[in-house]
Amino acid sequence: MEEEVNKHTISVLVDNETGVLARVIGLFSGRGYNIESLTVAEVDKRNSVSRITVVTSGTPMIIEQIKAQLSRLVPVHIVSDHTEEGPHVERELALIKVACSGEKRVESLRIADIFRARVVDSTNRSFVFEITGATEKLEAVIKLMTPLGLIEVSRTGVVAIARGDQSIASGNKSI
Amino acid sequence: MDDAQLTGSEIVLKVLVDQGVDVIFGYPGGAVLPIYDALYQQDAIRHILVRQEGGAVHAAEGYARSTGRVGVVLVTSGPGATNTVTGLTDALMDSIPVVCLTGQVPTHLIGNDAFQEADTTGITRPCTKHNYLVKSVDDLARVLHEAFYVASSGRPGPVVVDLPKDILQAEAVYTTSRQTRHKTYRPKLKAEPDQIEEAVRLIAGAKRPIFYTGGGVINSGPRASRLLTRLVRMTGFPCTNTLMGLGGFPGSDPRFIGMLGMHGTYEANLAMYNCDLMIAVGARFDDRVTGKISEFSPGSKKIQIDIDPTSINKNVMVDLPIIGDVGIVLRQIIKRWEEGQCRADEKALGKWWKQIRAWQGRDCLSYEMSDTIIKPQFALQRLYEHTKKRDVYITTEVGQHQMWAAQFFKLEKPKRFMTSGGLGTMGYGLPAAIGVQIAHPDALVIDIAGEASILMNIQEMSTACQYRLPVKIFILNNQYMGMIRQWQDLLYDGRYSESYSASLPDFVKLAESFSAVGLRAEKPDEVDGVISEMLATDRPVIVDVVVDQMENCFPMIPSGAAHNEMLLGPDDKTKTPVSEEGMVLV
Ligand SMILES: Cc1cc2nc3c(=O)[nH]c(=O)nc-3n(C[C@H](O)[C@H](O)[C@H](O)COP(=O)(O)OP(=O)(O)OC[C@H]3O[C@@H](n4cnc5c(N)ncnc54)[C@H](O)[C@@H]3O)c2cc1C
Ligand SMILES: Cc1ncc(C[n+]2csc(CCOP(=O)(O)OP(=O)(O)O)c2C)c(N)n1
Ligand SMILES: [Mg+2]
Repeated sequence: MEEEVNKHTISVLVDNETGVLARVIGLFSGRGYNIESLTVAEVDKRNSVSRITVVTSGTPMIIEQIKAQLSRLVPVHIVSDHTEEGPHVERELALIKVACSGEKRVESLRIADIFRARVVDSTNRSFVFEITGATEKLEAVIKLMTPLGLIEVSRTGVVAIARGDQSIASGNKSI
Repeated sequence: MDDAQLTGSEIVLKVLVDQGVDVIFGYPGGAVLPIYDALYQQDAIRHILVRQEGGAVHAAEGYARSTGRVGVVLVTSGPGATNTVTGLTDALMDSIPVVCLTGQVPTHLIGNDAFQEADTTGITRPCTKHNYLVKSVDDLARVLHEAFYVASSGRPGPVVVDLPKDILQAEAVYTTSRQTRHKTYRPKLKAEPDQIEEAVRLIAGAKRPIFYTGGGVINSGPRASRLLTRLVRMTGFPCTNTLMGLGGFPGSDPRFIGMLGMHGTYEANLAMYNCDLMIAVGARFDDRVTGKISEFSPGSKKIQIDIDPTSINKNVMVDLPIIGDVGIVLRQIIKRWEEGQCRADEKALGKWWKQIRAWQGRDCLSYEMSDTIIKPQFALQRLYEHTKKRDVYITTEVGQHQMWAAQFFKLEKPKRFMTSGGLGTMGYGLPAAIGVQIAHPDALVIDIAGEASILMNIQEMSTACQYRLPVKIFILNNQYMGMIRQWQDLLYDGRYSESYSASLPDFVKLAESFSAVGLRAEKPDEVDGVISEMLATDRPVIVDVVVDQMENCFPMIPSGAAHNEMLLGPDDKTKTPVSEEGMVLV
């Protein structure tokens, strides 16, 4: 039995009905699974379908359980493990507030530029940067901004989508 | 006529009738009074008034387990709903189809801490297969039909539908007919051909095989039991059952080697340990069955047939998982086996059986008889002898008596043994027996009970008497929470902390106070007489069998130990001290 713990990014399509998020979160907390990040939003208004992206970690056996447990929830349509299923894109958005002046202000703009962060708010004592990218990139920026006066961070958590011409909706839920 | 406006309450009853429901178990209260009023004005559905809502769920479980149909519960909001939580959890753990209708405060008061408001969907979310809060009377019929579908399809389980009072009073046109499909929820029932191919190949090549079968066989229906019986007989392999699987294969068949697991037989556990092919059929490798995981059946290939992917590779990695319905997959295997004119390895099997017969020679269920004190095993053996020719339905409470019942009652058919396996809910047996008796009015229904467990839902005697249900309650009264005392013997040097059943009622008088019949046996030679009298009585009976206070249930695999580390009797106990790891296990 492998005991190696790996990080997985999983997309879950669910009926957008009351309690569905509580069901998913309750599943993770009740069974002691990890949630590193979780995002949710409606993606298909007409059919009232939401997409939940969850980043979790566990041994292969646990990951398999997590996916089976998610699939078993009645309002769940599709569970797709991007980490397993191949090439995909992962993105996260962060809003970062840095309060500083003088040399540090210039430096923060320079870093923002390198990482292609945008200034979305500014006062003479602060900036709010918007940055999009893989989690590692966001973390790098946050690390560099910290000594410059970073005072607040707001992050979306990861969203993911498979590369190529196939839609997640062509997958089938089997339970 | 079809376009007539119905009230929500009328729609509820119409759905029940359309679903073929003719009996529900419930208890009234303010939030569900509209439904009770509608019930009053019709005769299609019979309502059984329990004495506590917890009893209603167990009764519905007994009804469901003994018929294969959905058990239905109706309770009020707040305390009515919270009282169902244990029963719902029980039904979830044991995969029992139950639809539980709970009243709720009117929609505009939800969230207001209104009188008798509880967040029922919030509370029951983790203890149901699914739950619903109906927010519009227009959704009511669809949601209720869906609830029945979800409860009974795939791996069955409990479903709660929370019904705000204003919805019950609002009006709508009833249009939805019985629905059989859900938007997204569709269990997989059939195996892939290559899986069947591989399964047949493994079965044909096995030298030391075993069928390990569980509750999924019962869930799948009587046909699954017949197919299992056929396959076991065709192959000549030994078969062991889990507690939940008892009756799925005929107990008197020579290929049946008893229950396995913590209190299973020596031969079943050693066969599991030593087999080279394990065919798990509707069984979920529960910790009570596997013992120490790292030493569970170390040398075997494992096939697992299960309808629920979460049951596969959860505790034990299997080599050939087959997701599907037991009945359907077994039929596929049998068909392929016959078409291919396959044969089991008879020579190897002969050797394997010789080994198993040798293990059986240990006579692991034997106990020391006494002339003066009734041994609990003896009482059950006599009960079995008196009833084995009849089509008897057994329910149990939880404890040593439950394990002895599993060991000493040879069950011939599925749906005859109703017990709380996964949750181990004391107080399950009496209300479950009531549900079974409602479903099978002329059958013999016996609750094998302990004196502590029976007190947990003793109020349901009143229900049994009101509806003249001749359930038989056979109490093995050892004046101890015997199962607890046994663990205290084994793990805590006999410090019997709070496990003595003090201030017990006089069960004979207690029975009489409910206008039932009370009987007592105190000596071994009184047992037969009391059983005969019980069986001859066409009313509810409580039999108080005063048994040995100190008898322990063997064999036993101490928690954290492996199948080959069984304790066979009281003298065995010092041999294998329970590991530290085992001490933390339940
Ligand atoms: C005091 C006490 C002691 C106990 N000791 C023992 C013991 O010694 N031995 C023992 O065996 N148990 C014992 N138990 C019971 C134990 O806790 C478990 O409840 C039991 O072992 C589980 O049985 P099972 O594996 O058959 O699973 P069940 O809980 O019956 O689950 C059924 C499985 O079948 C699947 N299934 C359902 N329907 C279908 C279908 N149509 N087709 C295919 N698959 C389906 C389900 O997905 C599930 O995986 C004890 C309980 C108590 C309270
Ligand atoms: C509701 C509940 N509470 C506690 C337990 C823990 N428990 C398991 S067996 C048992 C003792 C049962 O005693 P009794 O009914 O007399 O049966 P015996 O073991 O003596 O046959 C207890 C307390 C339980 N299973 N269920
Ligand atoms: Mg007792």
